[in-house]
Amino acid sequence: MIYFDNSATTKPYAEVLDSFFKISNDFFGNPSSLHGLGSQSEKLLSQARIQMANLLNVKPGEIIFTSGGTESNNFAIKGAAFMYKKRGNHLITSSVEHPSVSKAMEQLEELGFEVTYLPVDKNGKVQVEDVERAIRKDTILISVMHVNNEVGTVQPIREVGKLLEKYPNILFHVDAVQGIGKMDLPLKDFGVDMCSISAHKFHGLKGTGALFVREGVGLTPLLSGGEQERNMRSGTENVAGAVAMAKALRMTMEKKEKGIEKMKNVQRGLIDDFGEMEGIIVHTQIESASPHIVNFSVPGIKSEVFIHALEQEHIFVSTTSACSSKKKSPSKTLLAMGVPEPIADSSIRISLSYENTEEEAAAVLNAIKRVVNKLRKVMN
Amino acid sequence: MDRIYLDHAATSPMHPKVAEKMLEIMNHHFGNPSSIHSFGREARHLLDQSREVIANSIGAKESEIIFTSGGTEADNMALFGVVESYQHQGKHIITTLIEHHAVLHACQKLEKMGFEITYLPVDETGRIKLTDFKAAIREDTILVSIMYGNNEVGTIQPITEIGHILKDHQAVFHTDAVQAYGIEHINVNDSHIDLLSVSAHKINGPKGTGFLFARENVKLAPRSFGGDQERKRRAGTENVSSIAGLSEAILISQKERSDKREKFKSYKEVMMNELREASIEFLVNGSLDHSLPHVLNLSFPGINVEAMLVNLDLAGIAVSSGSACTAGSIEPSHVLVAMFGHGSERLINSIRFSFGLNTTNEQVVKAAQETARIVARLIK
Ligand SMILES: Cc1ncc(COP(=O)(O)O)c(C=O)c1O
Ligand SMILES: Cc1ncc(COP(=O)(O)O)c(C=O)c1O
Repeated sequence: MIYFDNSATTKPYAEVLDSFFKISNDFFGNPSSLHGLGSQSEKLLSQARIQMANLLNVKPGEIIFTSGGTESNNFAIKGAAFMYKKRGNHLITSSVEHPSVSKAMEQLEELGFEVTYLPVDKNGKVQVEDVERAIRKDTILISVMHVNNEVGTVQPIREVGKLLEKYPNILFHVDAVQGIGKMDLPLKDFGVDMCSISAHKFHGLKGTGALFVREGVGLTPLLSGGEQERNMRSGTENVAGAVAMAKALRMTMEKKEKGIEKMKNVQRGLIDDFGEMEGIIVHTQIESASPHIVNFSVPGIKSEVFIHALEQEHIFVSTTSACSSKKKSPSKTLLAMGVPEPIADSSIRISLSYENTEEEAAAVLNAIKRVVNKLRKVMN
Repeated sequence: MDRIYLDHAATSPMHPKVAEKMLEIMNHHFGNPSSIHSFGREARHLLDQSREVIANSIGAKESEIIFTSGGTEADNMALFGVVESYQHQGKHIITTLIEHHAVLHACQKLEKMGFEITYLPVDETGRIKLTDFKAAIREDTILVSIMYGNNEVGTIQPITEIGHILKDHQAVFHTDAVQAYGIEHINVNDSHIDLLSVSAHKINGPKGTGFLFARENVKLAPRSFGGDQERKRRAGTENVSSIAGLSEAILISQKERSDKREKFKSYKEVMMNELREASIEFLVNGSLDHSLPHVLNLSFPGINVEAMLVNLDLAGIAVSSGSACTAGSIEPSHVLVAMFGHGSERLINSIRFSFGLNTTNEQVVKAAQETARIVARLIK
């Protein structure tokens, strides 16, 4: 079995599960409780926060635990828009964001905010000049993702952050759900005010995530209640999940040290070999992409058909993002890049983790060749 | 020292079978339910199965269950989701003074948004009066939110009667059943409940998971946007293992409910008998007739709750002064204030004991004896 769908979700590390169950068993108290068991939980939660903060090079007070990437994105965007609406009602984002950003933007549009959706070039990249041109006097927030989940394109976060130095009243949010652990993102140096991550994309658990919120930035909470998380996010904290996430992030970052070159090699190998195969179109441009994603099309073969054929060979890949893969609509990112619809319709995403090996990549390549030949024969 | 945990209303330990089930899923069925390959389909199947168990447990349809990150999110989703959809039909909401902060703080926010809220008072046992309730209903009432069983004193509200009164009224009926679910028999049809909130960590499931039951015909504006999960009512990759864990916890609680009810009721008697035997003066906060079997809130005239909690904690007994969420704050419990008024001694001398998984008769006896000793010492 070869699992090459790590952008959809990852398998939790064994050590992460150990932490999760150890804490669920031995330290199950409610962090708000005053008794010993409660304070132990509180301590574990605060240690997890410190660990996350250290890994991200921010302050512990700047980390808010959430139920995942979707909540983090919704919270950052709507929380900021509601908080700062007196400053203005214009927001800027790209046209290739994850739905948890773009649909949150659409909701704000219905509430009277104005949103500019920036175009991307043929590699899926936002142009900083376009950002600058879109900025208005009443712009309060810019949200641009770090790494695109469909083709892997890395956005110019540093450049946008640099540009925004001239605009201290504009907040900068980055959806780093796909990039974290693969690409460096020095939040402070890049002028990022808010950043979303999700644990199940880096071998942590589903239903846990975090939002970095720079000190001094206020957000209108989306959840009212017991005033946990410095009154920003109510609800009994998922202590075991938060500790497991901190562990997963630490392990992922450690594995990155050793594994990133191998991952780049695997990616390059796949892209080169696809390039040599007749009739395959590679959408991921290696110079501008994160090393864990390869997106390509086999024109003439529907992606669903291709995926099921590969599954017969015990290889697991996906169409585009998991979220939209149930629908039949083609990849939004590919269309924004100018890829014609029939080709976008036959796109496949391979996504790697540090657990994947070069042998697996070779096996996948062979299987893809076999499947392409077989399906082409059937079609002809 | 063997510690005795009598704070199950704050949070409860995970049942070993729940942990076992979750571990299995995290290891072997970690796919994203939106993925179309077999990992995804397995995860989707687990979700479907869990949804069926949950729906059956309250007489609901599967399509009426929305998974959330816990009780707080379910409460917020119910309140804000309903008012957004029904605000053209009126601006009036009825709730009680003794709700959990997840409801109360949401109501305060709604007040700021221009809604009119009636906070029903309660009697000395913590119950609302149906005459008060009937008098509060107006033509423009769009939402009634009344908790099933109170988390601090355990008092159960006349939910079925309320449901019947509202049967032919436009108002949507929500009940926060976070404390009652699992120990009370609940049927949303018999009680005419439209919306009902549940949290897994109160019934030996994992933290960070819960659900909202939302009757088919109730219009509920979504609050979290992104992927099309949960029929577009709640975006975000589903927390499959925790949801399956919740479902396992429900199956266990269904099997054990009647035994547990008898056992916990007898624990209350045991506790009070021990105290009486030691000639300790105490009063019951709440009513023994309309009460959750697992919650016993006692007032000890002449003692101070903080000294009491510290001493009990030193003796290895974990109890609480009220809800965990208000436990950290110095503010007196809003529930006790509603029951006894601001000047009452009970605000500063009350302790909540709550029973659950693995609570034994011996533990209850021991806790009562320790309590008696400490009270006697503190009163001197
Ligand atoms: C770029 C990006 N942002 C946000 C999300 C949403 O995260 P979650 O699944 O934790 O809600 C995802 C994945 O689904 C993603 O790929
Ligand atoms: C009655 C009641 N409602 C809501 C909640 C909130 O649930 P959660 O902690 O899962 O957010 C709690 C417990 O904290 C509760 O006791």
